[in-house]
Amino acid sequence: MRLSEDDSHALAGAPAAPTYLEDGTTVMSWLNTRDHKRVGVMFLVSVILFFFLGGLFALLIRFKLLQPGPFFLDALGYNRMFTLHGVVMIFLFLIPSIPSAFGNFVLPLMLGARDVAFPRLNLFSYYLYLAGAVLAILAMIQGGADTGWTFYTPYSSTTATQVLPVLLGVFILGFSSILTGLNFIVTVHTLRAPGLSWMRLPLFVWGIYGTSIIQVLATPVIGITVLIVAVERVGGFGLFDPARGGDPVLFQHMFWFYSHPAVYIMVLPGMGVISETVAAFSRKNPFGYKAIAMSSLGIAFVGFFTWGHHMFVAGQSTFNAGAFGILSMFVGVFTAIKVFNWVGTMYRGAISFKTPFAYICGFLYFIVFGGMTGVALATTSLDIHWHDTYFVVAHFHFIMVGASVMAFLAALHYWFPKMFGRMYPEGWGLVAASLIILGFNATFIPQFLLGNFGMPRRYYQYPEHFQALNVASTAGATLLGFGFLIILIYMTIALRYGQRSEANPWGSKGFEWLTASPPPTHNFDEIPTITQMPHDYRTHEPPGVIRVA
Amino acid sequence: MNEVLRRLLFLPDQASTFARDVDRLHYFVIITTFIMSTAVGLTAIFFFVRYRRRSETQTTPHIEPALWMEALFVGTPLIFFTLWFFLGFREFVRQQTPPSDSMDVYVMGKKWMWKFAYPDGPNSINVLRVPAGRNVRLLMTSRDVIHSFYVPEFRIKQDVLPGRYTQTWFNATMPGRYQILCAEYCGAGHSIMRGEVIVLKPQEYENWLAFQHRGLVATQDAQPTALDFAPPLGNMVDQGRRIAAEQGCLKCHTTDGTRHIGPTWLDLYLRRERLNDGSIVVADEAYLTESMMDPALKVVEGFQPVMPSFQGKLAGPEVAALVEYIKSLQSDAVRIGPSEGPAYAPIRGR
Ligand code: HEM
Ligand SMILES: [Cu+2]
Ligand SMILES: [Cu+2]
Repeated sequence: MRLSEDDSHALAGAPAAPTYLEDGTTVMSWLNTRDHKRVGVMFLVSVILFFFLGGLFALLIRFKLLQPGPFFLDALGYNRMFTLHGVVMIFLFLIPSIPSAFGNFVLPLMLGARDVAFPRLNLFSYYLYLAGAVLAILAMIQGGADTGWTFYTPYSSTTATQVLPVLLGVFILGFSSILTGLNFIVTVHTLRAPGLSWMRLPLFVWGIYGTSIIQVLATPVIGITVLIVAVERVGGFGLFDPARGGDPVLFQHMFWFYSHPAVYIMVLPGMGVISETVAAFSRKNPFGYKAIAMSSLGIAFVGFFTWGHHMFVAGQSTFNAGAFGILSMFVGVFTAIKVFNWVGTMYRGAISFKTPFAYICGFLYFIVFGGMTGVALATTSLDIHWHDTYFVVAHFHFIMVGASVMAFLAALHYWFPKMFGRMYPEGWGLVAASLIILGFNATFIPQFLLGNFGMPRRYYQYPEHFQALNVASTAGATLLGFGFLIILIYMTIALRYGQRSEANPWGSKGFEWLTASPPPTHNFDEIPTITQMPHDYRTHEPPGVIRVA
Repeated sequence: MNEVLRRLLFLPDQASTFARDVDRLHYFVIITTFIMSTAVGLTAIFFFVRYRRRSETQTTPHIEPALWMEALFVGTPLIFFTLWFFLGFREFVRQQTPPSDSMDVYVMGKKWMWKFAYPDGPNSINVLRVPAGRNVRLLMTSRDVIHSFYVPEFRIKQDVLPGRYTQTWFNATMPGRYQILCAEYCGAGHSIMRGEVIVLKPQEYENWLAFQHRGLVATQDAQPTALDFAPPLGNMVDQGRRIAAEQGCLKCHTTDGTRHIGPTWLDLYLRRERLNDGSIVVADEAYLTESMMDPALKVVEGFQPVMPSFQGKLAGPEVAALVEYIKSLQSDAVRIGPSEGPAYAPIRGR
C-alpha cells in the first residue's frame, strides 16, 4: 500500500507518535481528517445525537397514546411524528450506527491495517450522511411528511405533505451507506495483515463484511424506488399510482426488496459485536467460529429472498406467499445457529459480569424472542391477524432495539477505553443496563399483547379497550428513556474525567487490542503478523501489546 | 384450555371458523417461543454461575463443537420452523380460497369509510350485515389509497387496493357486532376508518333483506353511489348507466362528486367549465357529445388529456343514453333512500 509506506517513513523520524486524538486538535483537523478513527468518532457522535432525537419523538408518540381520543397532538401532527421517528431511527441511526461508527473505528484495527482502503471516500461518506440527514430532518420539521418510513404508494405519491425532500434525503443517505460498504469490502480484501487469513478474521469483521455486501447490493434499489416516487410526484408519470396506470404493489415489492435485507444491515453488525464481546467476557474462543462466520453470509444471501413476507395480505399470489414463507424460515435457522453458538461460547469459559456482559444477556433473550416472533409472523396464516398491528411493531423493536441497540451499547462500553483511553463508571453502567432491559420489556411486551388484541399500528385514536396496555407501554418507555439518559450523562463525564484505562483493560485477545488505546494516528508502528485465531485464551499472556509513547 | 390461553394472550373472541383453527397454531408457536427464549436465558445464567471468572489470569481450553452438535443446532429449529410453515400454509391456502357456495358482498374502501353493496340487495355505509353460518366472500376495491379490511374477531385481514379487486372470506359463527378496522395507514382519518360487521341469525338476516328490497332498484352497478337509491328516472337513464359501466367511463369519472382522473359527472350538465386554455364552456348536450368523440379538444383545467376517443365505439342512441344519464346526475335529485337504514348506536370505543 502506498499509504503505509509513506507513513512508516514519516513515523521513523518521530520519537513517539501521538494518539489519534492528540494529532491535531483544531476543528478543521477533525472536519478534514482522513483518519478512519476520527471518521468513526464523528459518525458515533452524530448517530447518538440522532438516536436521542428519534427517542424524543418516540416519547411524544407514547405520550399521545396515553389517551384513546384526540389529545396533545392532532391527527396530522401524530402522523408526522411517527414518520419522523421511523425515518430518523432507521435511516439516521440504525443503518449507520454500528458499521459506520464502530466498524470504521475498529475494522482496520482488527485487520492490522493503517486505515481503510479509501480514506478520502470514507470522509466523503460522512458528509453525504450529514447532508442527507440535515435535508431529511429539515424537510420533515418544515413540511412534515406524513407517510410513515415505508412511503407506501399511492398514499406517498398523492399526499399533500412535503414528501419530496425527505425522499431526496433518503436517496443521499443511501449513497453514504453504499460508499461505506464498498470501502469495507475492499479493505477486508486488500488490507489484511500478514498471516490474517479469511478463517482467522475476527467475527465482527465477518458481520461487517456480510453487512457491506447487502449495503452495496440492496441500497441502489431503494434509491431507484424513492426516485420513481419522486418522479411520479413531480412529473405525473404513473408507475405506482393506479389512478395513472401504475401498480401500487410494485412499490411494495421494490421497497421490501431493499428493506428486508436492510433489517439485516441493522442487525448483522450487532451480531458481530456480540460474537466479539461474548468471547472477550467469557475469555473463551468463539464456539463454532465457522458456523457463526458462514451464517453471516447465509443471512446476507437468503435475506434477499424473503421480502414477500411483508406482503402476505397485500394482494400477492398465494404461491408467492408460500415461497416467501418457507424462505423466511431458513433465515430464521441461520439466526438460531448463531444463538446456540454464542451460548456455547460461555461453556467452560471464565465469565466476568461487566456492563457489556449485561447487554449480551439482554441481547440473547431479545434476539430469541424477537427472531422467533419473526418466524411466527412468517407463518402465513398467523400473519393474517398480526399484519400491521402492534404485534409487528413489537417484533421489530425486539430485534432493532432489543438486539441491535443492546449490541450498540455493548460495543460502546467495550470499545470506549479503546477509543478514548478512559473507563466508564462500572456501577452506573450496570444500573443503566438493568433499567434499560427492564424498561424495554415493559414497553414492548404490552405491544405484543396489543397486537394480539387487534390494535392496528399507526393509530392516532384507538378503541378504549386498548387503553390499559397502551398506558403500560408508555410507562415502560419512560423507564427506558431514563436508562439512556443515564448513559449519556456518565459517558459524557467519563470522556473527560473517567479513570484512565490500560491499553487492554479487558485482557481481550481480539486483534484490535494489539495496539495502544487510544491508538496512534496510523494505528501500528509496525504491522503485526497474525499467528493465531482471535480470542485464543489458552495462554494468559496479553496479545503482544505495542505500546506507543 | 383454549379459553385460558386466549385470555392470557389477549386474543379477541373467536367469531369465525377460521379463528379457532388459527389460534391453535398461535398457541403452539408462542409457547415454543417462550420456552426457547427462557431456556436460552437460563442456560446463559447457569453458565455464568458455573463458569465465573476466578482470577484475572485464568486460561480456558479451546473448544470446538462436534459435528453432531452443529447438526442439532441446525436441525432443531429447522424441524420446528418447517412444521409451522406447513401447518400455517395449509390454513393460509384455505383462507385465500373462498368456497364456491359463498355469498358475495362488494366492499369499497375510501378515505375514510367503508361502503358495502350486495348484488341483490341494498347498499350500506360502514355497516356490513351477514348471516351467521354462511360463507361470505368480500370482493374489495379502493377508491383512493390502499386500505386494509380487518376484523380481529374473525382473524381476517386483506389489503384493499385501488384499481384492482382483492378478496377474502369468512364464516361467522357467533351472532353479534364486531368492529371493522382499517389496518393499512391511509392518512389523517386512518384510525377512525372503522365500521361494524353485524352477524345476524339466518332468519333475522332474511327478514332484514326482504325489508330492504321493498322500493329499491334491484340492480346495482359495480360502483354504487348515493344515486342508486333514487327512483329510476326513465329508460334511457338506466341504459346510459349500464353503458357507462360497460365502456369503462366510470373508471375515470365519478358520479358522486369526488374528483378522480376525469371531472365528476355529478351536476355536470349545464355546469360552466373552465378549460385549460382559460376559456369557459357550458356543458350542454353538444359539449358532452363532443367530449366523447374528441376528448383532447377541450380539456377541463386541472386534468390531463388522457381520455380515449369513443368515435366509432358508441352508436348514436348510446351517446344519447349517456347524455341522458349525465343529465340525470343532479345532486338535488338524489334522495337518500331508506337503505341508509336506522342509525346505529356507535359501538364501544368509537
Ligand atoms: C433478525 C433481524 C430482524 C429484523 C431487524 C426485523 C425487522 C423487521 C421490521 C422492521 C419489520 C416491519 C416493517 C414494517 O412493517 O414497517 C419486520 C416485519 C416482519 N418480520 Fe422481521 N425482522 C428480523 C427478523 C425476522 C425474521 C428472522 C423473520 C422470519 C423468519 C422475520 C419476519 C418478519 C415478518 C414476517 C414481518 C412482517 C410482519 C407483517 O408486517 O405482517 N423477521 N421485521
Ligand atoms: Cu422482512
Ligand atoms: Cu384506510
